[in-house]
Amino acid sequence: MIIGEGKPIKDILFMIQNYSKVIVAGCRGCVTVCSAGGEKEVEVLSSALAMARENEDKPLEIKEVTLERQCDPEYLEQMRSYIDEYEAVVSIACGAGIQFMAEKYPKIPICPGINTNFIGVTEEQGVWSERCQACGNCKLHMTGGICPIARCSKSILNGPCGGSADGKCEIDPEVPCAWQLIIDNLKEQGRLDQLEVIIPLNDWTTSRDGGPRKIIREDLKL
Amino acid sequence: MRLSYPTNIKIVKLPCTGKIDAVYLLKTFQNGADGVYVAGCMEGDCHYLTGNLRARKRVEYVKKILDEVGVGGDRLEMYNMSAAQAPRFVEVANEMNEKIRNLGPSPLNKKQTADAVVPEKQAEQN
Repeated sequence: MIIGEGKPIKDILFMIQNYSKVIVAGCRGCVTVCSAGGEKEVEVLSSALAMARENEDKPLEIKEVTLERQCDPEYLEQMRSYIDEYEAVVSIACGAGIQFMAEKYPKIPICPGINTNFIGVTEEQGVWSERCQACGNCKLHMTGGICPIARCSKSILNGPCGGSADGKCEIDPEVPCAWQLIIDNLKEQGRLDQLEVIIPLNDWTTSRDGGPRKIIREDLKL
Repeated sequence: MRLSYPTNIKIVKLPCTGKIDAVYLLKTFQNGADGVYVAGCMEGDCHYLTGNLRARKRVEYVKKILDEVGVGGDRLEMYNMSAAQAPRFVEVANEMNEKIRNLGPSPLNKKQTADAVVPEKQAEQN
């Protein structure tokens, strides 16, 4: 899922300093699961913003909403009937949701209430870590199910590099060396010979280097 | 044991402090409480194993938010006590009452009164 975390409240207060009626909009998708932008976070943020503004004698009227997803038009459409009554929206969806909201409602300022960090997993309750960089050219079958693009600090495709020591990366002793993990896993699977296969230079046009990406499925289009 | 504690303390009963949610605590301040303390069971004695430990983490989280919004995290505290410790309950009530009186009314409390709210389950037993 997409992992995000709340922005400092003072940053959000600065963004909405000139408004007195705002919507705080959450999303029931990824950001609910990573506790950054779901219904509960909408309540907490709204309460905090209201208190801070009350404290400044600049009361803030807040409408709290949490859409099923902010990255799908049919759910964003649910705000159409009342959005014009407000001066701004603080969206605590991921960057995609925030942008889609801005796209669907171009007349109203949309303020990001969270930072969107990465595509990752829940390691345990309250701990998330990165797994995928959405490079658009998956090689996980060659690397024991561990992504060298996302998890190696250098994104080396034929590792490890000389900075790997005791299974850790030279950037931080807490960061596991992705290539150590890959080798350990391939060994476990009896597939160490896979390391003999040189992974060719990467074609980054499927990643961000090819510019903004788009997928069109003609079979699904209405 | 008929002990008395300050009358301005309102008790909010919950089945376990593990039921405490950040938004409950924030709403009490939003609604004008000058101070709030959470009175959970002794650590290690939670009937639900970790309810009081979770409550403490949530209290710490909300204290940071209260600091950020200018209300002040020191208006919120977490205490642990058992249902059998009525004198301790009274001691904490007096301590918190004194602390909040010294801090004065919450900046949000237009009524300028010194109310405190205690989500606490043992209180009714004391």
